[in-house]
This record gives sequence, C-alpha cells and structure tokens, in this order.
Amino acid sequence: MSGGVVAPVRRPLVEGHKTYHQITEDLCSPTEKSPTRAWVLAFIVAVSVLAFGLFCICWTIWFGIGAWGANRTIGWAYDITNFVWWIGIGHAGTLISAILLLFRQRWRTGVNRAAEAMTIFAVICAALFPVIHVGRVWVVFYFLPYPNTRGSLWPNFNSPLLWDVFAISTYFSVSLLFWYTGLVPDFASIRNRASGFRKKVYNSLSFGWTGSAKHWQRWESLSLVLAGLSTPLVLSVHTIVSFDFATSVIPGWHTTIFPPYFVAGAIFSGFAMVQTLMVMTRKILNLQDYITLEHIESMNKVILVTGTIVGVAYLTELFIAWYSGYIYEQFAFFNRAMGVYWWSYFGMMACNVISPQIFWVKKFRRSVFVTFFMSIFVNIGMWFERFVIIATTLARDYLPSSWSYYRPTWVEIGIFVGTIGLFFTLYMIFTRVAPVVAIAEIKHILKVGGNQYIGENANHGHHDKSHTTSVDHH
Amino acid sequence: MRKYNVDLVYGIYDDEEKLLQAIRKAKSQHLDIFDVYTPFPVHGMEKALGLSESRLHIAGFVYGALGTLTAFLGMTWIFTKDWPIIFGGKPYWSVPAFIPITFELTVLFAAWGMTITFYTICGLWPGVKNPQIDLRTTDDKFCLAFDMTAVNESVAKSLLAESGAEEINTKTI
Repeated sequence: MSGGVVAPVRRPLVEGHKTYHQITEDLCSPTEKSPTRAWVLAFIVAVSVLAFGLFCICWTIWFGIGAWGANRTIGWAYDITNFVWWIGIGHAGTLISAILLLFRQRWRTGVNRAAEAMTIFAVICAALFPVIHVGRVWVVFYFLPYPNTRGSLWPNFNSPLLWDVFAISTYFSVSLLFWYTGLVPDFASIRNRASGFRKKVYNSLSFGWTGSAKHWQRWESLSLVLAGLSTPLVLSVHTIVSFDFATSVIPGWHTTIFPPYFVAGAIFSGFAMVQTLMVMTRKILNLQDYITLEHIESMNKVILVTGTIVGVAYLTELFIAWYSGYIYEQFAFFNRAMGVYWWSYFGMMACNVISPQIFWVKKFRRSVFVTFFMSIFVNIGMWFERFVIIATTLARDYLPSSWSYYRPTWVEIGIFVGTIGLFFTLYMIFTRVAPVVAIAEIKHILKVGGNQYIGENANHGHHDKSHTTSVDHH
Repeated sequence: MRKYNVDLVYGIYDDEEKLLQAIRKAKSQHLDIFDVYTPFPVHGMEKALGLSESRLHIAGFVYGALGTLTAFLGMTWIFTKDWPIIFGGKPYWSVPAFIPITFELTVLFAAWGMTITFYTICGLWPGVKNPQIDLRTTDDKFCLAFDMTAVNESVAKSLLAESGAEEINTKTI
C-alpha cells in the first residue's frame, strides 16, 4: 500500500493533502455542529411534504383505492410506476458499494456511504406503494408465509408478486446490514470525540468497537462476503421486478429483454439520483476534497453507458415487435410511441437516450452544473419509462371496448410527492447523525489516493498547495 | 463494562508503517502481542501479526446452504404435501418457479447469519462498553500493546522506543 511512489497516471481520490486527523475532523464535524439555517429550512420543507404524503396515504386507506385514478382497465398505474422508479434508484447504492468493491474500484470510497444510505431510503419509499395498493393495509402480513388458522393457507410461491416480496425484503435487510457494518467503526470515531449523553448514544451505535486487529480482519472478511452476496442480489431484485411484467401475457410486457433492460435502467436512474445528492452534499457539507470532480466524472461515465444500453433496449424492443409479425405486439409498440401517451414516450426517449449523450464531452462530464441538471433529467426520463411500460400498455388492451385513459388524482400525486419528502427527510437526518463519507475507508486509501502521494508530487520531499492543481492535468 | 484485567504496556505510533515494523520486530523476538488497535484496516497487518484466516466465510456458506434448504424443501413440502394447488396448469412441484425465492432466502440467511456471528464472536453489541487503551486509535493513532505478564516490561518498552513510538505508557484494562 505504501513504501513506493503511486504511479502518476493515477488520479487523486482525496484532494487537499489530508492527514488522518484532518479526515476525521472533516467528516465527523458535520454531525457535531448545530445545523445551519439552510439545513433547517430544507428539513422543514421535506417534513411538510412528507406530512402531506402521509395525509394522502390516510385518505387512501380511509376511502379506499377508489380515491386513485386507476380503473378497471388500468389497474396498475401511478403507484406501481413509482414503486419501480424508487426500487431502481436504490440499485446504484448497492452497485457502488458491492460491485465496485469486487472490481477494486477505489473511487467508490468517496461516495459509497451516501449511496448505500440512498439505497435504503429509496427501498423504504418503494415498498410503501405495493403495501398501500393492496387496499387492506392492515392485513398486508398475509403476504408472508406463516402457519395460520386458515389451513394453513400459504401464499402462491409461483407468483412473481410474491418473489418480489422476498426479493425486496431481502434486499432491504441485507443492504441495511452492509451499510451498518460499514458505519460501526465510524460511529466509534464519533464516540471517541464526544462526551456525555452523546458519547453514550454513539457507544451504543458503534456496538463498543475498539479497532482491534482481529476485529478489522473479520470486518473486512464480512464486508467482502456481503459484497459478494449483494452483487447477485441487486441484479436479482430488478430482474424479479421485471418478472412482474415479463411473466404476464400482455403484449408489450411479455418480453425476455426485460430483466437486463430493467437492471440497466435501474443503475442508470440510481446513478442519476446519487449525482443529485452528491452534488448538493459535497457543496453543503464542504466535502469537495472527498467527493471530487473525479467521482462525478466516473459516475457520469456510468450514466452514459447505462443510458446508451437502455437506448439500445428501446430500439431492440421496437425491432423485435416489428420482426415478430405478431399484430398485438406491433400494435402495443406503435401505441406506445404514437398513441394517446405519445408525450411520455417522447419524454422518455429525450431524457434517457438523447440527453445523456452530451457526456461524451469531457467538459460536460466534469461540470457540476451540467451534472446536476442531467441527473434531474434522467430521473424524470426514468419515471416516464416506467409510466410508458405500465400505463400505456394497459390503456389499450385486447378489447377496444375497454380501452381507457388514466390520469392521476391529487391523492396519488400527493403520495408520490410525499415519498420524495420521506426520502429527503431520511437523507437529511442521515447527514446529521452519521459521517456521509466512510472515514475508515478513506483513511485506508489515503496513501494510494491522496493527492500528495501521487506521482511526482510524492517524489518532492514536501509540497505546497500549488501542486494540488497541477495533479489534474496528468 | 467489560474488563480484561490485564496490565498492559503500549506504544502509540503516528504511522502504520512504523507500527508494522514494530510488529515484525516483536514477532522476530517472539514477544507475545496482546493486541493492536488501528483507525482503519491496515494492509499487511494479518501477515505481520500471523493471524490465521478468518473462518467467517465458511460460516456464511453454512448459513447460505441452510437458507437454500429451508426455502426449497419448505416450498416443496407446502406444494406437494401440505396443500397442493394447481397454478396455471403447472405441476405441483414446479421447480423453476421456486428458484427466485430459494435464491433470496440463501442470501438472506447467509447475510444475517454471518453478520450476527461476526458481532457475537467480536463481542460487539449495542450497549457493550469495551475497554479502550487510547481514544485516538479511532482517529489517527496506532497502538501496539503487550501484556506485562507475558512480556518483560523493559524489553517491550525498549522495542516500542526503538521502533519509533511517540508515547509509551502502561495501563490496566
């Protein structure tokens, strides 16, 4: 790890000549200072939006699903769109924390903690929708296979909807374990700086971590295996979500391309949400030395690749629909692009396929401003994608007499906006109680990724700030 | 609060390289190291300390296999013995449809089993207050500790001093 010079082709992962102590200081202090006014204001907004969402959920439960715009023809619409959208967003966190760990991509250390937190919060938001959609929320535990007095009557293990229950609950709990295990040593860092009640709380949160050599060895072993488990898990989750559609016999849904196409779309939208959060987080918490332009550029490359994969999938779908010679399939795709919901298809294509192509230009990949707007575009585009797949397909089914149109009611919009409020409320609490960047992992890579250790800088015995900027041009 | 009740002599280092050198030296002199505390997992530490490989992943495999069996045998029993139902004209024992849930439970059992095992064998749980030698070892300092009953105090102290420890102290934890 050290003892030599890090090759000059390596780009720094940590800027600003950090020492171990400075890293602790920079990353712990946001949890120690009292919140800024901007944070308090934003938090009030997030909580108010969340409260309105809760009100709309109560409204739905009180009056029933009739409060929604869904009808006999279009039984799945806004809520399932939102469900798939949120689940997809969650995938980037696991991708960064698990798959990039297995691939030894060291840049992941700057963003993995926040991305994993995002995963957990996104899955919470996602899970709300199917739970509310079942109608009788109070008997939602019927999903679970448990010995009961009705037989025992078991759920249908052959149903993709039940696979979803297993996939999402496993995904949620395993992501939580992975995230929390990573947090334990960092909570210990906060604990050892704290006093009084705060110390007690953080001692509890850190499980009494001391940093003993054997513990670290086991901790690394556990992290690696959890990463290994999470990798197929994250791919399975969106695959199973796509089975909800692909195993049906609805033209436009019954396609074998769905699993890879959904997974690519999930990574695409997830990275966009990570960008949205990171661009704001690094600015507000002053973490530009840890979440660098390098990270933003790397993630923009992922967005470009996955956006293009998604684009290829859209075109493949169109081609296969034409090539199949099956008129219902052909009609379904003609209807998607040119039917009553043409505008959502257009929005999807523009936001997901065309707009990310600007990331071929390095200048845009490294621009915080462009990144932020692009991340919003992608999220809108991916929302449209799910809407296109779900609502437009159902709106024109086999029987023209039952063709219908769907528009969401204020209650549905309220619940969706409410989940965005929930997401930001949870994320903002997270930035106040936990280090947003993994402290121990950043220290671990400091001597290979710190800018003072890279290339010719390291050869000069000492270095001044002016060298920092020159590193960018290597 | 947990107590080991051991008298320790320990040195504090400011760099992991010095710590590793000290560990290697102690090993070559056959001195028993009580423990090493670091703010992050130091590369090459296991080798220097001669720690045997963690068997946690073996436990993980066993838990995973348990999950596979629970899911697959459970669904098999339910759909062939307990309450057979025909879904969509498929056989009762429709193995391909069992694969997703079998996979998910494998992951679930392996992850939870391993994590719980990890915290249990490390003695880490909410509310546990493990003794700490120096609070700065979760920040930027590295600590090497010897048990004074196993190692001669003056030998240990001279080793710590020679290997570049910033501070050398004794403490009972």
